[in-house]
Amino acid sequence: MSLLSVDGLTIGYAGQPAVRNLSFTMEKGESVGLVGESGSGKTQTAMAVLGLLPAQAKVSGSIRFGETELLGASEKLLNALRAQSMAMVFQDPMQALNPFVQIGSQLRRILLHHGLAEGSQAQTRVMDMLERVGLPDAKRQYRAYPHQLSGGMRQRAMLASALIAEPQLLIADEPTTALDVTVQAQILELLEELRKDTALLLITHDLGVVAGHCERMLVIAEGGLVEQGTTRQVFAQPQHEHTARLIAAAPRLDRTDIPDAKPAEMVLEIAAAAVSYTEQQGDSLHAVRGVDLSIHAGETVAVVGESGSGKSSLVRAALGLVPMRSGRVVFCGSALEGPVQTRSRKSRRGLQLVFQDPVGSLNPQMRVASIVAESLLVHEPGTSAEMRREHVTAMLEKCGLGEQYLDRYPHELSGGEAQRVAIARALILEPKVLVCDEAVAALDGTVRQQILALLRTAQEESGLAIIFITHDLAVVRAVSHRVLVMYMGALVELADNATLFAGARHPYTRALLEAVPVPDPEHPGGRATLRGEVPSLLSPPSGCTFHPRCPHAREICAAETPRERTVGGSTVACHRAEEI
Amino acid sequence: MTTFANILRRVRKSRAVLISGGLLLGIVVAAIAGPALSPHDYLQTNFNELLQRPATTGFRFFGTDDLGRDLFVRSMLGVQVTIIVAIVASVVSLVIGVTYGAVAGYFGGRVDALMMRFVDTLYALPFIFFVILLMVAFERNFLLIFVAIGAINWLDMARIVRGQTLSLREREFVDAARLTGVSAPRIIFRHIAPNLIGVVIVYVTLTIPQAILVESFLSFLGLGIQEPQTSLGALVDAGVNQMEGASWMLLIPAALLATILLCFNFLGDAMRDVFDARDAQ
Repeated sequence: MSLLSVDGLTIGYAGQPAVRNLSFTMEKGESVGLVGESGSGKTQTAMAVLGLLPAQAKVSGSIRFGETELLGASEKLLNALRAQSMAMVFQDPMQALNPFVQIGSQLRRILLHHGLAEGSQAQTRVMDMLERVGLPDAKRQYRAYPHQLSGGMRQRAMLASALIAEPQLLIADEPTTALDVTVQAQILELLEELRKDTALLLITHDLGVVAGHCERMLVIAEGGLVEQGTTRQVFAQPQHEHTARLIAAAPRLDRTDIPDAKPAEMVLEIAAAAVSYTEQQGDSLHAVRGVDLSIHAGETVAVVGESGSGKSSLVRAALGLVPMRSGRVVFCGSALEGPVQTRSRKSRRGLQLVFQDPVGSLNPQMRVASIVAESLLVHEPGTSAEMRREHVTAMLEKCGLGEQYLDRYPHELSGGEAQRVAIARALILEPKVLVCDEAVAALDGTVRQQILALLRTAQEESGLAIIFITHDLAVVRAVSHRVLVMYMGALVELADNATLFAGARHPYTRALLEAVPVPDPEHPGGRATLRGEVPSLLSPPSGCTFHPRCPHAREICAAETPRERTVGGSTVACHRAEEI
Repeated sequence: MTTFANILRRVRKSRAVLISGGLLLGIVVAAIAGPALSPHDYLQTNFNELLQRPATTGFRFFGTDDLGRDLFVRSMLGVQVTIIVAIVASVVSLVIGVTYGAVAGYFGGRVDALMMRFVDTLYALPFIFFVILLMVAFERNFLLIFVAIGAINWLDMARIVRGQTLSLREREFVDAARLTGVSAPRIIFRHIAPNLIGVVIVYVTLTIPQAILVESFLSFLGLGIQEPQTSLGALVDAGVNQMEGASWMLLIPAALLATILLCFNFLGDAMRDVFDARDAQ
């Protein structure tokens, strides 16, 4: 008998089906990946299994856990099963953990509620669990509140609370999507190590994660199952074209088809840029500490780093959106100073930005046509309304949106469509430099590919220079000519695409590359070679800021800040770049 | 479907909006058409018809007062004044409050600190004292009441709009506008103000009853509208003196005042729900 059997599960909201006739089974101890794009019904399925669907959801079919039918089961029965027999890890632990209760108490309550342990015995078991999930100094973390932990630590605590009652089934819904890639690798390894006999249903959009951590996989699209099989089988010979498309769209590190950049004039130069923010207590937070970056026409430069690396601050300072403490920005031969509103019209026209959140960067009260036309209104005030509309229509067309989109409001667009509008708004000014700040991070694989292709076409047509800020190395591999890797506000490595991916010199770059999950079950990648997390920018480590996490650190690394120098085609800041 | 049509659809679906809106509309129509249709005049005293009870004959729906003036016409006149107060107060608080708050919030920093301390200073003035000072300086005057009420009402609006603007200006579409070179005034009016509409409409419907109440209060104290002009507050004041013999002189204007206030309050509450629903969608 299967541990979990879902049969003909159908979930609908107000007549709109979210999941249609979904059937699958899970055996004891098995790890199964549930893969699909956003809106495909992955999370709805998980919620249905746990009995957490909202009251207005119409559910039919059958979900059996062992012998027990879960659909229509009493709240009392479900409550007894949850945590004890099946548990869930959510994407955002900050939302899933109670902010007013200490971590230790939250875990202890689970044990007490289900009568699994009492008194001091419960406390010991919680302490034990916290140690096993790798929370350093478990005694102190027992008393910590969720907001006092970092994102990675919080997800560890979440994992501890899911596994403390030793459930038979663990459902993890995008458990690492909000985390940096090195932390993601740590958490996934931990999950693998701890779960032992617990069956795992891993919901994710990332095929790399499935390839590395699941024995079997289910692919769903538009609420229906399109394919299932062992992970190896599905990756080697996808039966359904949707699966094939997903696999083809999955980002990879092992190849790129980006042509070499032709030599061209420099359009933007950032020299010795430094950005500081003043914290509430008056402490200075040095987000960027002296970074140089130059970019030529027709070239794409990727700026990579984990959160807190200063990659966004660097570029926003160059654009004049945040104040620069020191340093120089030269755009097409003229120096740019001060905040963006005081800069010359020409430079404002020439430097454009596309944001991460496509919907948030469009004014919700304006129609698509006015959003795109607004920048024209500012820079070419002489044109007539008709000419502007024509121009806007042509631009949207170029970005893949037909005339029917002109009169829509942003909330009527999908993420990909909204991002196309944002790109059209930027490109209509014919900028010299386009900055994409995590511009594809919020998009599904296939949509992401389309947007990247759109940007590349724009670049080929007009010699646009693109700065691509991202934490996703697969995107870097796919789009960039050169790559700047940042850590704690400083350059660690700068190299061209091929050099960096073939032989990174800096241990941090290497660790990043090893941590990326690869959509190939034979060589899944995703190895956690770094311990710990990025230290606080308020008290950066001495010497090389990376030394506390570096596997190659020597005494000199803690004492001296490494200088940037050229090693094997890379500009790298590491004392031991030659030896390792 | 456009945002506006969406809101309209939800307004239609909300029973509270329909009932209170309909009732208000009825009262306003009566206040405008009533005096014109009535054969009586608001000034005309008639010593043969002192303190008449409300009756269905002779167009004496609300009876007469202690000077024999027709109470229906006078009440409708009072409603007119009340509605004008409501409109003027909301327009003043809308125009000054939204502009002031949006400017302070958008520029932030020192500009914001200076502008908001000025608002705090005005807040600190005792209102009645302020009105009495105005009366002494400019004599009693219909307009003065409106100025006084408007001057108080925009302060709250400015504070609320400023708070909203502070969070709106951090949104990415504002950054996007700054980057494309849109000027500050245009950002405030094209990008910030339209996104304030939800909060502002709700708040306006809540300030209206407040303004009406203040006017009635001033008139009741004798600081407001001058005889023979009248307002609901003044009518209630006159009614109190005749409470024992002619209760209708107190009850009718008081009931009208209460109905109008309740309608606006319900409307404000319902509006809030309507705009919240948009967020939830």
